[in-house]
Amino acid sequence: MKLDSKIPAGPLEQKWARHIAENRLVAPNNKRKYHIVVVGTGLAGASAAATLSELGYRVTAICFHDTARRAHSIAAQGGINAAKNYQNDGDSVWRLFYDTVKGGDFRAREANVHRLAQVSSGIIDQCVGQGVPFAREYGGLLANRSFGGAQVSRTFYARGQTGQQLLLGAYSALSKQVGAGAITMLPNTEMLDLVVVDGQAKGIVARNLNTGKLERIAADAVVLATGGYGNVFNLSTYARNSNATAIWRAHRRGAGFANPCFTQIHPTCIPVSGDYQSKLTLMSESLRNDGRCWVPKREGDKRRPQEIPEAERDYYLERMYPAFGNLAPRDIASRAAKRVCDEKRGVGESGLGVYLDFSDAINRLGLETIKERYGNLFDIYHEITDEDAYGTPMRIFPAVHYTMGGLWVDYNLMSTIPGLFVLGEANFSDHGANRLGASALMQGLADGYFVIPNTICGYLATQKPGSCPSADGEEFQAAEADVTARIERLLGVRGKRTITDFHKALGRLLWENCGMARKRANLEKAIREIPGLREEFWQDVNVPGEAGNLNQSLERAGRVADFLELAELMCRDALAREESCGCHFREEYEEAGECKRNDQDFAHAAVWEWQGEDKAPVRHTEPLAYEFVKMATRSYK
Amino acid sequence: MKVTLKVWRQQSPNSAGRFETYPTPDLNPNMSFLEMLDVVNDDLTRQGKEPIAFAHDCREGICGTCGLSINGRPHGEGRGTATCQLYMRHFTEGQTITIEPFRAGPFPVLQDLIVDRSAFDRIMQKGGFVSVRTGSCQDANALPVAKPAAELAMDAAACIGCGACVASCKNASAMLFVSAKVSQLGLLPQGQPERHRRVLAMVAQMDREGFGNCTVTGSCEEACPKNISLAFIARMNRDYAVALLKGE
Ligand SMILES: Cc1cc2nc3c(=O)[nH]c(=O)nc-3n(C[C@H](O)[C@H](O)[C@H](O)COP(=O)(O)OP(=O)(O)OC[C@H]3O[C@@H](n4cnc5c(N)ncnc54)[C@H](O)[C@@H]3O)c2cc1C
Ligand code: FES
Repeated sequence: MKLDSKIPAGPLEQKWARHIAENRLVAPNNKRKYHIVVVGTGLAGASAAATLSELGYRVTAICFHDTARRAHSIAAQGGINAAKNYQNDGDSVWRLFYDTVKGGDFRAREANVHRLAQVSSGIIDQCVGQGVPFAREYGGLLANRSFGGAQVSRTFYARGQTGQQLLLGAYSALSKQVGAGAITMLPNTEMLDLVVVDGQAKGIVARNLNTGKLERIAADAVVLATGGYGNVFNLSTYARNSNATAIWRAHRRGAGFANPCFTQIHPTCIPVSGDYQSKLTLMSESLRNDGRCWVPKREGDKRRPQEIPEAERDYYLERMYPAFGNLAPRDIASRAAKRVCDEKRGVGESGLGVYLDFSDAINRLGLETIKERYGNLFDIYHEITDEDAYGTPMRIFPAVHYTMGGLWVDYNLMSTIPGLFVLGEANFSDHGANRLGASALMQGLADGYFVIPNTICGYLATQKPGSCPSADGEEFQAAEADVTARIERLLGVRGKRTITDFHKALGRLLWENCGMARKRANLEKAIREIPGLREEFWQDVNVPGEAGNLNQSLERAGRVADFLELAELMCRDALAREESCGCHFREEYEEAGECKRNDQDFAHAAVWEWQGEDKAPVRHTEPLAYEFVKMATRSYK
Repeated sequence: MKVTLKVWRQQSPNSAGRFETYPTPDLNPNMSFLEMLDVVNDDLTRQGKEPIAFAHDCREGICGTCGLSINGRPHGEGRGTATCQLYMRHFTEGQTITIEPFRAGPFPVLQDLIVDRSAFDRIMQKGGFVSVRTGSCQDANALPVAKPAAELAMDAAACIGCGACVASCKNASAMLFVSAKVSQLGLLPQGQPERHRRVLAMVAQMDREGFGNCTVTGSCEEACPKNISLAFIARMNRDYAVALLKGE
């Protein structure tokens, strides 16, 4: 597997402009001769599909949701970063770039991150132009808030519904193009395989989820924007149906998978309450602007929070990280919460929780201000826990939230399969070993609105116009036959255990062994046990119903089957990375409870190559050269 | 706790449906309504029966996928919440709960509790956007928007497109849904150039899809999980009248 990152030469600030200037273009009258299939219409996919179609390419966009407006991006609450420096507080492209690289614990590619910071401003302009109702100040200008890992206020937001508003903006752009007949939009359609012709990605096989019919879609290039794979843990803050199938199938067809073990555990989620639980609900990080995290100083202190005097509380983030306090980055805040709970100072029935307390902020700013800022989050909290967080502190605990890992892409966002591009959370590109808050929305929209439209042309220019293969070709037929065989196999087991059962078992195994803290013995154990679970699945799972109509059980079974393969790769990756960095905390490599990076041996992206079922995958590396910033120990103290 | 479910079962769009009754296994009052259905479905699967098909995704009231009529009310009792935000603690031991799909002519049933709401997409495609091309926009702060207008636009923009407004309306009117988008964009300077064209095109498509007229019963506002206000319908009616007068 050849890993050429294709980073343009030259000074950091000029790389992107030069790349655009020097990249090959497709002439306007030729654009309509190229067909691009975009899989996924979340922030990344919808913005890409709309923009590519505006440029004149023929675009087909698919999503498994019943409409593009329901992609998981809709759930993002807190905000989106951009280096506008509207607050005059010292922000700049460089600072956003530096914060992101440092936040990622120096495991991201400099050139990509710098480009992200450069295009960030344009995203806000674009969204405002679409009518996204961002929060404003009384003067009519845009408001900002602070997010973890930054000392400037650069986060734009729309109440607690930023993702919703940005997605509806991208969906409106998509709708405009669909209405104009320039995009063929296929909702309720799930990609189940990638078709590779002569080593290049030339189409997909997808299933119409309402009718069960399989479709072959041929294209000159394939764009995957299918989101993250955190649901491999079963319990997470992801929408229930988010899954890894598209990228996993592409991986099996030859796309390298980078840093699969890099999983973000978000510090502020509502704690688990029972075994029936289907998802964990995030309480936006923005709450840490005004909420203070604490636990009792004394082990096993079961008093109600109001009965614990100030002097007997441990505001542990403020104590451990005075410079950033409650706004310490996610990985650090999550581990700190785990640590105080491990010390038996956790709160709530299970002891797996910490307080997030707003009483100081309410006294300082008044109830109304807090209501205006976070009203809907407090409402959500109330609905779920039946508790009033204005009167008593919230209880929170870390939960799986985001995957920094994903398909490897070069500077053009092209995977190791020529013609296959990967955008948004589905790729591995910009966040290194830890993502800062409000940066995923930024990355998704950067990839879709500004990067892919300026890079895909370089590839298409190498393809003859009109050379797109026929969907009746033998590769397409073979891929469809594979998909059919797999569906029949799933439906043919008719075993005794439910799909839920397997998903829960896998989730527990992964959370315990490849979650917030990892160590060799546990990872080895998981690598031994996952194949067993997988085998049991294929022998004893019960998938009711048929293939030829709407069948939700079949949909889930296919996704869980892929998770059962991906989970093993995650553990292998975590085992091979013998250092701690960002979210990846190996207990063997620590210094006073903090990550101990090993830049000598691990300043690289690990890229895994599929070798076939039940064969160990091969690990390749892309070295990360830091030319412009100095790799330093990450400190928020 | 245990409850009894009376659930609409329908194999496919063209087959006849019927109610089936299922006792639930033991439930925890802290379960969400959809988690209750998960548990029932796993139980049905173990008994060799077909699980109940229902749409869901985010399970936190924002994606608009879930939508069940519970005891005759879209999203069930309680204002300002979607089905997925409903908790079993609001039901009583032994209660019989009737669960149906959202009923409306323009929302045909696909299977059991899942309906086809693609009509909403087609309305949006007719004008639910500002025609800006990527990269063509000026600096965001070059376009100040008074805070009250921005806030009101956000109130309208909060719509999650679930269709409860349609399901709750005896005329199956989609006016609340359409007016939310028309109002959001009509309140902002960005939306002005296409304001009249937008409202005419979206309303025309709404009619084409077979949604009924608004007779201001207010049931939609009541059912809306995002508390979208009826006042937006009045706002849209004004815009529509002006657009007609201007003859655009
Ligand atoms: C609760 C929550 C809050 C968050 N808050 C923030 C925040 O405040 N700021 C921030 O920056 N980030 C936030 N994030 C992260 C951010 O929302 C996501 O990383 C981002 O939205 C992902 O966008 P995406 O376009 O890559 O993928 P998604 O939005 O997940 O879209 C995936 C798309 O792919 C489609 N798809 C997937 N698989 C297939 C397939 N096989 N076939 C066909 N279609 C397929 C889906 O239908 C969907 O359209 C949050 C995440 C969560 C969970
Ligand atoms: S499942 Fe998303 S709104 Fe209910």
